[in-house]
Amino acid sequence: MPAVPQTVDQVRRIDVDQYKYGFVTDIESDKAPKGLSEDIVRFISAKKNEPEWMLAWRLDAYRRWLTMREPRWARVSHSPIDYQNIYYYAAPKKKDGPKSLEEIDPEILKTYEKLGIPLREVAVLERVTPPEGESEQEGNGYGRVAVDAVFDSVSVATTFKQELAKAGVLFMPISEALQTHPEMVKKYIGTVVPISDNFYATLNSAVFSDGSFVYVPRGVRCPMELSTYFRINERDTGQFERTLIIADKGSYVSYLEGCTAPMRDENQLHAAVVELIALEDAEIKYSTIQNWYPGDATGRGGVYNFVTKRGDCRGKNSKISWTQLETGSAITWKYPSCILRGDNARGEFYSIAISNGHQQVDSGTKMLHLGKNTTSRIISKGIAAGRSNNTYRGLVMAHPRAKGARNFTNCDSLLIGDKCGAHTVPYIEAKNSSAVFEHEATTSKISEDTLFYCRQRGLSAEDAVALVVNGFVKDVLQQLPMEFAVEAQKLISISLEGSVG
Amino acid sequence: MHLLEIKNLHVEVDGKKILNGLELSVGAGSVHALMGPNGSGKSTLAHVLAGKADYVVTQGEVLLDGEDILALAPEERAAKGLFLAFQYPLEIPGVATMTFLRTALNAQRKQRGEAELSTPEFLKRVREVAGKLGIEQEMLRRGVNVGFSGGEKKRNEILQMALLQPRLCVLDETDSGLDIDALKTVADGVNALRSPARGFIMITHYQRLLNYIVPDVVHVLSRGRIVKTGNKELALDLEATGYVQYQEEMA
Repeated sequence: MPAVPQTVDQVRRIDVDQYKYGFVTDIESDKAPKGLSEDIVRFISAKKNEPEWMLAWRLDAYRRWLTMREPRWARVSHSPIDYQNIYYYAAPKKKDGPKSLEEIDPEILKTYEKLGIPLREVAVLERVTPPEGESEQEGNGYGRVAVDAVFDSVSVATTFKQELAKAGVLFMPISEALQTHPEMVKKYIGTVVPISDNFYATLNSAVFSDGSFVYVPRGVRCPMELSTYFRINERDTGQFERTLIIADKGSYVSYLEGCTAPMRDENQLHAAVVELIALEDAEIKYSTIQNWYPGDATGRGGVYNFVTKRGDCRGKNSKISWTQLETGSAITWKYPSCILRGDNARGEFYSIAISNGHQQVDSGTKMLHLGKNTTSRIISKGIAAGRSNNTYRGLVMAHPRAKGARNFTNCDSLLIGDKCGAHTVPYIEAKNSSAVFEHEATTSKISEDTLFYCRQRGLSAEDAVALVVNGFVKDVLQQLPMEFAVEAQKLISISLEGSVG
Repeated sequence: MHLLEIKNLHVEVDGKKILNGLELSVGAGSVHALMGPNGSGKSTLAHVLAGKADYVVTQGEVLLDGEDILALAPEERAAKGLFLAFQYPLEIPGVATMTFLRTALNAQRKQRGEAELSTPEFLKRVREVAGKLGIEQEMLRRGVNVGFSGGEKKRNEILQMALLQPRLCVLDETDSGLDIDALKTVADGVNALRSPARGFIMITHYQRLLNYIVPDVVHVLSRGRIVKTGNKELALDLEATGYVQYQEEMA
């Protein structure tokens, strides 16, 4: 009878050894010396030829950061991080800076190919051009995706720029936006996540190297999905990307971020900041597929993912929706949140967090109801396998002014095996009597009987787990853009490999 | 060679002996009914055949088409054509029945080195068998067994059996919890699958089911071994006299 001993054995072996994206690209890179100081901050700013105010802003953040301490409240543990032993800037070495895709180092392009990212515009066009006779409707699988790829710290290529420009949409590396639209960056950066927000966000404010900038003008529905792929390549480099998305009145944009990193023994620090601003009647949909290296079977290595993501529903009737599929990283510390400032604003958070091996996840959301009749919805699905710990931590708050605020929260946890943990830590603060908050939570285990039922029908143990898990997360998967739903399903299967016998 | 041969099978669960030198041969084309009192080992046999964990085989052999299957994983046995209709089918929330059927069928085909079925071909087959069993398309879109009535769950088992076309069908108390109409539908479904190439083991506590699915051979199981074998009349005798005599014979 194979199941029992095999299960134990497989759990011991853990799939994280088989991390699919663990390869290193051999390219020379242009690095700042290790460590963090005012000089490094000045170096980064100078490298990017930033305006004076940006440098002043970074230095302000750096000085604040020196006085701050790492947050300790999350259910994660790690050995101390030596912030002086990290490279804060690494750019792929270039002759004069690529003007077009043809000039990009073929090694870099190959890396993206391995990741399956349609970087070359030709490839992108091939992928997105529907065969003759098929119309370009939602659901036929031929999506329209513009890719902004961040390789270590510098954005190497942006596709579909021209077509977006026609619609008036700005989609570019934030370093470029600082050159071409500095006034717009200045107006919005730090207005959602202030430089003093938290230890990691403040660090990011001082040393951020690149990220995406998106502006969708008034009344414009962005003609395609915008997508960014991040990848940490250089040894000991932290990745500090900064993303800023502004949806002007009555506009709509859907943005997808995907992340991978090569296998390393050392831990790689990733401290990103994402700020979303939705003005009156605007809508932003932000989706993440996070697949950073989770560390090896003994819990060595892997990415520390300390990320601050926040959206500001600044205008009336605005809407921000976060969807995330988190399968990677040794540690995930991440709470994509919504400030529901405008009346009737709506915030949504859909999350699938899968942990296996020795991974630690502490993730959730904050829904801050400030405006009248604001609504929010939280659907969180946590899946814990191996020896991992998976915590949902969330805050739903209604301000005294937020009359008629409503929230619905549903947190489900699924356990695979008996050495993992699932935890739910919801905070609810209703400061006015008209607020209606609902909270539902369940914890369940995949039963041996269910797996046996599937296997009796011919599914392997792993396929059976993947099937059950896919059913468990269905409500959230449906929120992902069509083009990525299939990829997401595969990723779920991959990240659960070895979780059962 | 018999389709299934069970030789001197001894099985323990949690250190407790349940099957005690069981011998049984089922030929292709025949329907065997396995009857017996509660705790005689009927369901244990069904689960051991299908390869459920926690059942420890201490002695004996189970040959399917002459090959010992005891070392095989449940999915490998399934791909070789062994099907178990569960007494209590499991629920899988969020997984549409249609998806489940397709995943199962293709998983078996893959293991046998056959190509996956195309979507139109798959749909055609499902509609065909679902129609015969009176299963609505709406039911196929629902989560596997989620919110199904007892009768619907059993019909869903027969649907899977019809779709997967197994060589050996083991039906574990398929009649339990069914009203007479549902029982007839399920029996019709099983009878439609009877063929010279296929064998059946029908585990049941009551003779009622055997009025609708008439067996070729009836066995009485008591304390982990077959104590009497006869034709369909044996089931009628049992209905009249009960199992007491067999329990006493053993004692």
